[in-house]
Amino acid sequence: MDLNIDMIVSLLASTLRISIPIAFAALGAIFSERAGIVNIGLEGMMLAGAFAGVWGSYLTGNAYVGLLFAMLAGALFALIHAVLTIQLKTDHIISGLAINLLSLGFTTVMLENIWGNRGRSAPVAGLGNLSIPGLRDLPVIGPILGNTSILFYLLIACLVLGWIVLYKTVFGLRMRVIGDNPRVADSLGVNVYMMQYIGVITCGVLAGIGGAYLSIGDINMFSRDMVAGRGYIALAALIFGGWNPLGVYLGSLLFGFAQALQIRLQVFEIPVHFVEMLPYIVTLLVLIVYRNRARGPIAAGKHFRRGET
Amino acid sequence: MNRLITLILSLFAAFLAGGLILAAAGYDPIEAYRALIIGAFGSTNAWANTLAKATPLIFTGLAVAVAFRGGLFNIGGEGQLLMGAMAAALIGVFFNGLPGILLAFIALLAAGIVGALWAGIAGYMKVKFGAHEVIVTIMLNYIAASLTNYLVNYPFKAEGMVPRTETIPAGMQLTRLIPPNQLTTGIFIAVIACLVIYWMFNRTVYGYEIRAVGLNQDAARTGGINIGRRMILAMLISGFIAALAGAVEVLGVYRYFVAGISPGYGFDGIAVAVLARNHPLGVLLSALLFGALRSGSMTLDRLTDVPTDFVVMIQALVIIFVAIPWVVKRINLMRKRGESIGS
Repeated sequence: MDLNIDMIVSLLASTLRISIPIAFAALGAIFSERAGIVNIGLEGMMLAGAFAGVWGSYLTGNAYVGLLFAMLAGALFALIHAVLTIQLKTDHIISGLAINLLSLGFTTVMLENIWGNRGRSAPVAGLGNLSIPGLRDLPVIGPILGNTSILFYLLIACLVLGWIVLYKTVFGLRMRVIGDNPRVADSLGVNVYMMQYIGVITCGVLAGIGGAYLSIGDINMFSRDMVAGRGYIALAALIFGGWNPLGVYLGSLLFGFAQALQIRLQVFEIPVHFVEMLPYIVTLLVLIVYRNRARGPIAAGKHFRRGET
Repeated sequence: MNRLITLILSLFAAFLAGGLILAAAGYDPIEAYRALIIGAFGSTNAWANTLAKATPLIFTGLAVAVAFRGGLFNIGGEGQLLMGAMAAALIGVFFNGLPGILLAFIALLAAGIVGALWAGIAGYMKVKFGAHEVIVTIMLNYIAASLTNYLVNYPFKAEGMVPRTETIPAGMQLTRLIPPNQLTTGIFIAVIACLVIYWMFNRTVYGYEIRAVGLNQDAARTGGINIGRRMILAMLISGFIAALAGAVEVLGVYRYFVAGISPGYGFDGIAVAVLARNHPLGVLLSALLFGALRSGSMTLDRLTDVPTDFVVMIQALVIIFVAIPWVVKRINLMRKRGESIGS
């Protein structure tokens, strides 16, 4: 394998592709955590999205209906997490882990129920790529951006919109206040619970889209436990990115790059097992290096009860 | 007593919810539960199977409970288990000249130490760098899986197609209680571990201090306890115990290390600990229930067309319903209201 421009281009193209699901989930987690709700359940919400995406596409033959299904499934699992943590004051991490387990069990049971197969679904219609005339013919940029998933463009739109909402609107300001001090927000007349529900469900919808990318955006089928830890990687990207959309996307790109590099390094004689570890070791290093710079919402993970001091 | 009733109601709610989901998917829930019960408790062999499956879960559940008592979530039981299993297998392969009992003891100890160090990374990173132990232990799980996979595929691979280590000497293997069933004397080691931890929490200074840190860090700090050190200690003990699960699987069930030695015992430990409310003795009963689910799932597969992963869903529902503190709160609230109306 020679180090040439083609290789770099293909490395960058895979980096962008691999980071799409991670970035969707991580962007979603910003809204959840800014509203004070820790979301370890990202993995399960992504898995539900991946499954529902294929299911919707299978039922209707239309991948866009699949995408809608994925958003709804993500929202539904997020709603469970929201009710558990906001309403019933269940520990955020236990609830999140239960969501992951519930999603794994549910999607696998349904997989077998619908397609009679424990491992994978039937192939379905996928979202496909957006091939842009002109752009696709350019050197270097063409192979990277000229013919890429439509969800890549949706991601960029969501990131920009997410940034505007969080930093340029009253809504975003309120949400950020809640994450640091819900009591202050409450005394200013903000409906803390409502904002938390919005945050968690937004997170579920975005994680659902991230999951849908894995199934109907990439290989056009569902396979058991196909999210394979990306939800957790997204949490690391969230910390790396300092809980803001731009930083979080950079974090996602870093993990995308580690994974893309991993796939390419497998060509060498290095045992695949060592290369496999790369993204996870990168995550640990990120957690060490960013120890003091990263500061999450102070009140995240703590329960808020109205009228209590 | 109130808590026990709450717990039973929560469990009932979880199984009811599971049944409803199953019915909604077009299966017969009664038939499914019947198969689960037959598979878990229907015969001597079924009972033995349940206890065999409960053995590693006692260790992993206890591991999660110990860490939690110190205010930490150890989601890394799976990785610690794998590292421990590998360590135990390698002791057997490389030191096979020693007497069996001694070798078994060394293998358990080596596994525990390796597991403790593996978990200790997470404890250290939490204390030193403020890295959340949940994310760190999850990453360590993936790294442990790759690392042990490498070791069993390359340097320590036995002859043959299957990536596994050489079989450990017969002398160090744990005795099967009802052969050919896989229930071994390992279950006694697991019960002893629970008793030791119970004793530690209730009778020793370290145990008391770990609990104090878990209950209220500020108060513990004011009381002169070095919080960081106690957290790392809790993680070390937790990792030690989780690794014993792997060692006992190697010494008792498999007799060698093989990739995929754990079907997720480390993760089931979380459910076990939640149900036990992190009580060392509660872990025994709770592991029995989850062992029964695992043991019953095989019969579920044989007798019905219900997918075996239904059991995973049940576990999730148990966690959810048991973790909701609202039942207790609601009862207390109703009582308070009743009193104020009365007065």
